[in-house]
Amino acid sequence: MIFGYPLLSVVIWLPIVFGVLVLATGNDRNASLARIIALVGAVLGLLVTIPLYTGFDRMTSAMQFVEMKNWITQFNIHYHLGVDGISMLLILLNAFFTVIVVIAGWKVIEKRVAQYMACFLIMSGLINGVFAALDAVLFYVFWEAMLIPMFLIIGVWGGPNRVYAAIKFFLYTLLGSLLMLVALLYLYFQSGSFEILDYHQLPLGMTAQILIFIAFFMAFAVKVPMFPLHTWLPDAHVEAPTGGSVVLAAIMLKVGAYGFIRFSMPIAPDASHELAWLMVTLSLIAVVYIGLVALAQSDMKKLVAYSSISHMGFVTLGLFIFNAYGMEGALLQMISHGFVSGALFLCIGVMYDRVHSRQIVDYGGVANTMPVFAAFFMLFAMANSGLPGTSGFVGEFMVILGAVKVNFWYGFAAATTLVFGAAYTLWMYKRVVFGAVANDHVRHLHDIGAREILLMAVLAITVLVMGLYPLPLSEIMHASVNDLLVHMARSKI
Amino acid sequence: MSYISTLFPAYAEIFLLCMICVIMIVDSLLPSQTRTVTYLLTQVTLLGCSLITVATHTTGVAHLFTGMFVDDLMSDVLKLLTYLSVSMMLVYSRSYLIVRGLFTGELLSLTLTSTLGMLVMISASNFVTLYIGLEVLALSMYALVALQRDSAVATESAMKYFILGAMASGFLLYGMSMIYGGTGSLDIQTISNVIKAGQGNDMLLVFGLAFLVAGLAFKLGAVPFHMWVPDVYHGAPTAMTMFIGTAPKLAAFAFVMRILVEALQPMMIHWAGMLAVLAVLSMGVGNITAIAQTNIKRMFAYSTIAHMGFLLLGVLSGTLDGYSSAMFYAVIYVLMTLGGFGMIMLLSREGFEADNLNDFKGLNQRSPWLAFMMLLLMFSMAGVPPTVGFYAKFSVLNAALQAGHLTLVIAAVIFSLIGAFYYLRIVKLMYFDAPESHEKLYMQPDSTLLVSINGLAVLMLGIMPNTLMAICAASVQQSLLLP
Repeated sequence: MIFGYPLLSVVIWLPIVFGVLVLATGNDRNASLARIIALVGAVLGLLVTIPLYTGFDRMTSAMQFVEMKNWITQFNIHYHLGVDGISMLLILLNAFFTVIVVIAGWKVIEKRVAQYMACFLIMSGLINGVFAALDAVLFYVFWEAMLIPMFLIIGVWGGPNRVYAAIKFFLYTLLGSLLMLVALLYLYFQSGSFEILDYHQLPLGMTAQILIFIAFFMAFAVKVPMFPLHTWLPDAHVEAPTGGSVVLAAIMLKVGAYGFIRFSMPIAPDASHELAWLMVTLSLIAVVYIGLVALAQSDMKKLVAYSSISHMGFVTLGLFIFNAYGMEGALLQMISHGFVSGALFLCIGVMYDRVHSRQIVDYGGVANTMPVFAAFFMLFAMANSGLPGTSGFVGEFMVILGAVKVNFWYGFAAATTLVFGAAYTLWMYKRVVFGAVANDHVRHLHDIGAREILLMAVLAITVLVMGLYPLPLSEIMHASVNDLLVHMARSKI
Repeated sequence: MSYISTLFPAYAEIFLLCMICVIMIVDSLLPSQTRTVTYLLTQVTLLGCSLITVATHTTGVAHLFTGMFVDDLMSDVLKLLTYLSVSMMLVYSRSYLIVRGLFTGELLSLTLTSTLGMLVMISASNFVTLYIGLEVLALSMYALVALQRDSAVATESAMKYFILGAMASGFLLYGMSMIYGGTGSLDIQTISNVIKAGQGNDMLLVFGLAFLVAGLAFKLGAVPFHMWVPDVYHGAPTAMTMFIGTAPKLAAFAFVMRILVEALQPMMIHWAGMLAVLAVLSMGVGNITAIAQTNIKRMFAYSTIAHMGFLLLGVLSGTLDGYSSAMFYAVIYVLMTLGGFGMIMLLSREGFEADNLNDFKGLNQRSPWLAFMMLLLMFSMAGVPPTVGFYAKFSVLNAALQAGHLTLVIAAVIFSLIGAFYYLRIVKLMYFDAPESHEKLYMQPDSTLLVSINGLAVLMLGIMPNTLMAICAASVQQSLLLP
C-alpha cells in the first residue's frame, strides 16, 4: 500500500465496477452512453496501473504492492495480492489492450453494445486478478471466472459457427482447470496453506512432483496452447469477434505461460527438469509443424491463430531450457506477441468490417484502395515474421540464442521459424494487399479513419520501440527471472 | 406450567402444529377464491417459527421427551433454512398455482404439515421419531403431488412417488428393526454406544445397515434407486417439483447425519464403501443422462441426482470437514434449485409451461436481467467460480481428498466437467439463440424480486462464502463433538 490505498485491488476492481455500470445503461437505446462509460473505465483502468510501473522497485524479486486479508478462514484462504517483475508487465499489457478493444469495438458492435463492453471490462479486471493473485484459490477463482465473459463474447458476437467454438473453448479450458484444482487441493493437504509462495518452498517427492506437474500442465498447456492441446484455438479465434480475438491472442494465451512460470516450474522444479525433454519437444513441434500448418491456411484469422500457436511455442521453449537468455527471451516474446498478434487481428478486423470475409481469395490489391492501412499492416506482418528492429525479433533471437547454448539442434529447429514465419505471413500479405484490384469489394474499400489510425499508430510505435530499445522491459523482469532460475537450480526432493 | 416451560426446545414444532389447525379452520370459514388471508397466515406462521427457533436457541445440546427429540445448533440452522426455503417456494409458486386453480387451503396446510415432518426429522434422536417425521413429510408430499386431480401425468407421478416412497419406507423400517435386533435399542446415542463397546450383533447390524442405506438412497434419489426422480419431477406441477427438490433435501441430510453418523459412526468402514458406489454412480448417471434431456424439469431431476452424489461424497469422507462440506453443499443446492425452478415458473403463464429447454431460447433478448440471473444459477450449478456452487464442490472435493479418496475425487471432477456441458447449453440457449416467441413476458413483481435476490445471493455468497461455511462447520462440530 505505497500510495495509501490498495493499488492492486483498485487495478482489479475498477474495471469490474465500470463493467457493472456499463451494464446498468441497459438496452441499445443508450448505446453511446455505454460506449463512453466503457472508454472512461478502460482509460482509468490503464491510468491506475501506471503507479505500478513508476513505483516498482527493480532491485528486488520479492512481491510488491502486497495486500493480505483473511478471506475464508476455514480453509486458511487469504485475499493475497502482489506482483513481481513478471506479472506487473502482464497487467500493464492487459490494461493497455482493454483500451484498444473498447475503441476497436466502438462502431463495429451495434447489437447489445452495453453487454459487449461490460464483458470486456469485467474480463479485464478478472485477468488482472489472475496476474496479481498470490493465493491459489484466489487465483483459481479469477482464472475460472474469466472464462465466463469470454464464453459470452465468442458465443454472442461471434461468427457463424460461434456456438460450437464457444462451448469447445469453455470445456477444453475447464478440463485443465479442474485437474489443476485437484493439484491445488493436494498441495493444501501437504502444506496446510493455499499460499503460492509457500508452495514454492514446499519439499515434494519426485512422484508427487511429476503428478502435480502433469495436472498443472493440463491447465496451462491448454491455455498457451501447446501442441497437441491447441485445437480449440483456431476455432475460437475464427469465430470470435475482433475484440475477442485480440484479447485471446494478446492476453489469454499469456495466462497459460504465466501459469508455468508461477506454478509448474517453481513448485515442481525437479519434475520440470525431468520432463523438460517433453516440453521442449512439444514446443519445437509447435514452432515447426504448426508453422507449416499456418502456411496452408486460406482463412486469414486461422492463419494468424496458427501463427500464434507457433510463436507461443517459442515461449514454452524459452522457459524450459532454464537459462537467462531463454527465460527473458520467452517473457519478451510473450509481451511482443501480445502486441503483434493483437495488431494483426485488428488489421484483419478492419478488413472484415468492410468486406465481411476472412478468406484470402476474396482480397487482392488492397494497397490500391487502402494505402495507409496497407503500410501499418506491412509493419505488423514484418514484426510477426521477426524482422530485426521490431519487437518480434528480440524475443525470438534471445530464445534461439539460449537454445543453441543448450543444444545446437534445438536452436536450429527453432530458427526455422524465421523462414516459415516470414513465408506464411508475407505470402498472406502479398496475396491480400499487393497486385491488381481483385474484385468489386476491394474496389469500393475506403481507407481507415482517424479512430483506426489512432489504434494502429499506438501499436506500431510500441512494436518499434520494443524492438529498438527493449531495456526498460528486461530491466523490470531481471531480478524476478534470476531469482526463478536460482530457485529452479535447487532440488526440492 | 413448569412442564410446558421444559418443552421450549420444541416450541417451534408445537407452534407450527397449532397454526396448522388454525389455518385449516380459518380457511374453511373464508369464501375468498385467492386464499390471500390463508396465504399470509402461512407466511406469518413460518416467520413466527423462525423467531421461535432463534429465541429458543441455546448453546449446547438439549434432549427432550426422554431422549426422543434433540435440539442442537445443526437442527436450528437446518430448521431456519427449511422455513426460508418453504417460504420462498410459496412466493415463487403462488401465481403459478392460482392460474392453475391449485392454490387451495389444502395446499397450504399440507405444505405446513410436510414442514412439520421435516422439523421432526431434523430434530429426531430416536429411530421412531425419525420414522414418524419421515412419514408425516412423505404422506403430505404424496397428497401435494396428486393435488392436480384432472391431470393424468400428475396423478401417475403421484402414484409412482407413493409406491416407491412406501417401498423405501419399508426398507428403512426393516433396517431399523435389524439395528434394534442387533443393539437392543432405538435410541441413537445408545446404539452408537453399544456398537462402540462391541456388544452389537455384527451380522444383524451390517444387514440392517444395508437396508438403511438403500432406503436413504431411495429418499435422496441416488443411483441405482433413482428411477422415480425424473418421472416425479417431470409429472408433478412445477411448484410441487420445486418443493420436492428443495426443503426435504435438508431434512434428508439431517436424516443421513442422524442415522449414519450419529448412530452408526463406528460402522463407517461398511457404509463408506456403500456410499462410494452410490456417489460415483449418481454423479455418472445423473450428469451423463441429463445431457440427453429436452425437458428442463427432467434435466433438473438428473442434475439433482448428480448433486446428491456430491453430497454423499462429502458424507463418506467421514471427517468433520466432510460432514460440514456436505451440509454446505445441501444448503447451496437448495438455494440454486429454488432459483432454477422459480425461473421456470416465472416464464410459465396460463396454459403454458416453460418446461422445455427451447422455451429458454433468446431469453437475453426478452429480458436481459432474468437471463443474467439464470446464468448465475447455471454457472453455480456447474460449479464455476465466482458463484457459490464452486465452493460447495471445492469443500466436498477437499474433504474427500483429505480422507484419501483420490480416485473418487478424480471421478467427481470428470463428471462435473461432463455436467458443465448441459448447464452451458442453457446459457447457450438464452444468450446465443434467437427467441422462438416474442410474446411479452409477464413478470410477477414478487417472484421477479425473489429470483433476483436468489441469483444475486448465489453471486454474493460466492464472493463472501466465509460466514455460511463457518456456520456449517460449527453446527456439525457441535452436534458431533458435544453429545
